[in-house]
Amino acid sequence: MKTKELLITPLLRNNPITLQILGICSALAVTSQLSVTLVMCIALTVVAALSCFFVSIVRNHIPGNIRIIVQMTIIASLVILVDQVLKAVAYDISRQLSVFVGLIITNCIVMGRCEAFAMKNPPLPSLLDGIGNGLGYSIILIGVAVVRELLGSGSLLGYNILPVASEGGWYVPNGLLLLPPSAFFIIGLMIWGIRVWDKSQVEEADFEMQPNTKAAQEA
Amino acid sequence: MANNDTIKKTIIVTLLLCFACSVVVSSAAVLLRPMQIANQELDFKRNILAAANMLDGRDIETVFAERIVTRVIRLETGSYADDEVPDGFQNRAASRDPSLSTNLNNREDIAGINRREDYSLVYLVEDSDGNLEKIILPVRGYGLWSTMWGFIALEADANTIMGIGFYEHGETPGLGGEIDNPRWQANWEGKKIYDEDGSVAFTVLKGSVDSGSPQAQYQVDGLSGATLTARGVHNMMQFWMGDKGFRPFLMNLQDGEA
Repeated sequence: MKTKELLITPLLRNNPITLQILGICSALAVTSQLSVTLVMCIALTVVAALSCFFVSIVRNHIPGNIRIIVQMTIIASLVILVDQVLKAVAYDISRQLSVFVGLIITNCIVMGRCEAFAMKNPPLPSLLDGIGNGLGYSIILIGVAVVRELLGSGSLLGYNILPVASEGGWYVPNGLLLLPPSAFFIIGLMIWGIRVWDKSQVEEADFEMQPNTKAAQEA
Repeated sequence: MANNDTIKKTIIVTLLLCFACSVVVSSAAVLLRPMQIANQELDFKRNILAAANMLDGRDIETVFAERIVTRVIRLETGSYADDEVPDGFQNRAASRDPSLSTNLNNREDIAGINRREDYSLVYLVEDSDGNLEKIILPVRGYGLWSTMWGFIALEADANTIMGIGFYEHGETPGLGGEIDNPRWQANWEGKKIYDEDGSVAFTVLKGSVDSGSPQAQYQVDGLSGATLTARGVHNMMQFWMGDKGFRPFLMNLQDGEA
C-alpha cells in the first residue's frame, strides 16, 4: 500500500469507529467537551502510532504464543508515558480525562492495528497506519464532541456560541447530549451517513424477516 | 529466520522487553514527578484563593505567600494546634490515618465521609493591621457519584459566606457538575450559616429561594436536575459547619478567642 492510502483510508473508507466499530467506549465517555476530546485524540494517535512502530520493529522476534502480551506491554508502557506527560504539562485536562487515558491500553483500535497490521509490515508503514487510524478515530470523536458540546452546553472549547437560556440567552441546552448515550445516537447517525455515501460499507443482512403470514391466511 | 517459539527465545524476549519498558516507564515517572507535584500544589492553592475571591490575575504562588496564613486546628475543641501535628500535615492523608482520624458512626456521618480527621488545616487572610479578614475552610461530602472536595470562605464574623468552590468531584457534567457554575456559586455570597441561637440554619433548597422570606438569608437555590448533588452539598454544609466540623472553631472566633 502507498503512503497516502495508509493515512487516508482509515479516515472514512475504513474508519476504526464507524466501520470496524472499535474504540466505542472512550468515544462515549470523553466527548462531552471538545477540549478534552482533542487531548484524548492526540493521546490516542500518539500511542497508536508509536506502539505500531515498536511492535513492527520487534515483530520478527516476537514468539507467537506470547505476542499479545508483548503488544500489551509495549502499549501499556506508552500509555503510562503519555499519562505522566499529561499530568506534568496539562494538569487540568489530565484530571478531566482521569481514567480514560489509562484505558487507552484497552482501546481496541491500538491493539487491533498492532495485531492486524504492525505484526506483518515494516516499521514505517506501521507507523503511518497507526497515525491514520488514530486520525480516523479523532475525526469521529471531534465530530461527536462538536455536536455534543454545541447543543448540550451551547459552547465550543468553552467559548459561548449559542446564548444559553439560564444566562439570559434564547438557547435551552439539551441535557441528553451531555450524557454518554447521546454519543451512541450521534455515532449511529454518522455510520448511516457514511454508508449512504459509500455503499460498499453496507453489510449484508444476516437474515431476512418473514412476511406476516397470519394476515394472508385469514384473507 | 531462527525459530521464535523455543522456550529460550520466549524467555529472553520477555526479559528484554520487560527491562526496556520498565526503564522507560520508571524514568518518565521519576523525571516528571517534580512537575506533577508542583501542578497539584498550584491547583490546590488556586482553589483556596478562588473560594475567597482572591484570584486577581497575579501569580498564584505570590498571592498565596503574601496573603494566606495556614494554621492547624484541633476540630474537637476548635483551638489552634500547630505543634500537635507532624510536618507536612494534609487533611486528606490524615483522614486515612487511624492515629489522626476518627471513625464516624451512621448518625454522625451525614456527609458520607466515613472518617474525619482530628485536626484540620485552616487558611486565614489578615489585613495589613493583622486583623482577621477571611477564613477559608476545607470541606467535603458525598454527592451523587463520589466525594466532592472543596473550600468555603467565610467573612471575619465567622458566619457570613464569601464563596464556595470545588476542586474535585465526579458529578454529572451539565447537571450536578453545575456546582462549578460561577452563577450558582454567586448565590452563596452573603448568606449566613448560623441563626441567632447559633445552630446551623444554612440550607440548600430544592427549588429556588423565596427572597421575601425571613429564612432567605440562610438559603441558596438547589440545582435543577441534580437533587441528589444539591442534597450532598447541603449535608456537607450541615456536617462541616456542625459540632463535628468547624463549629467549635468558628464559635471561638466569634467570641474573639481561638
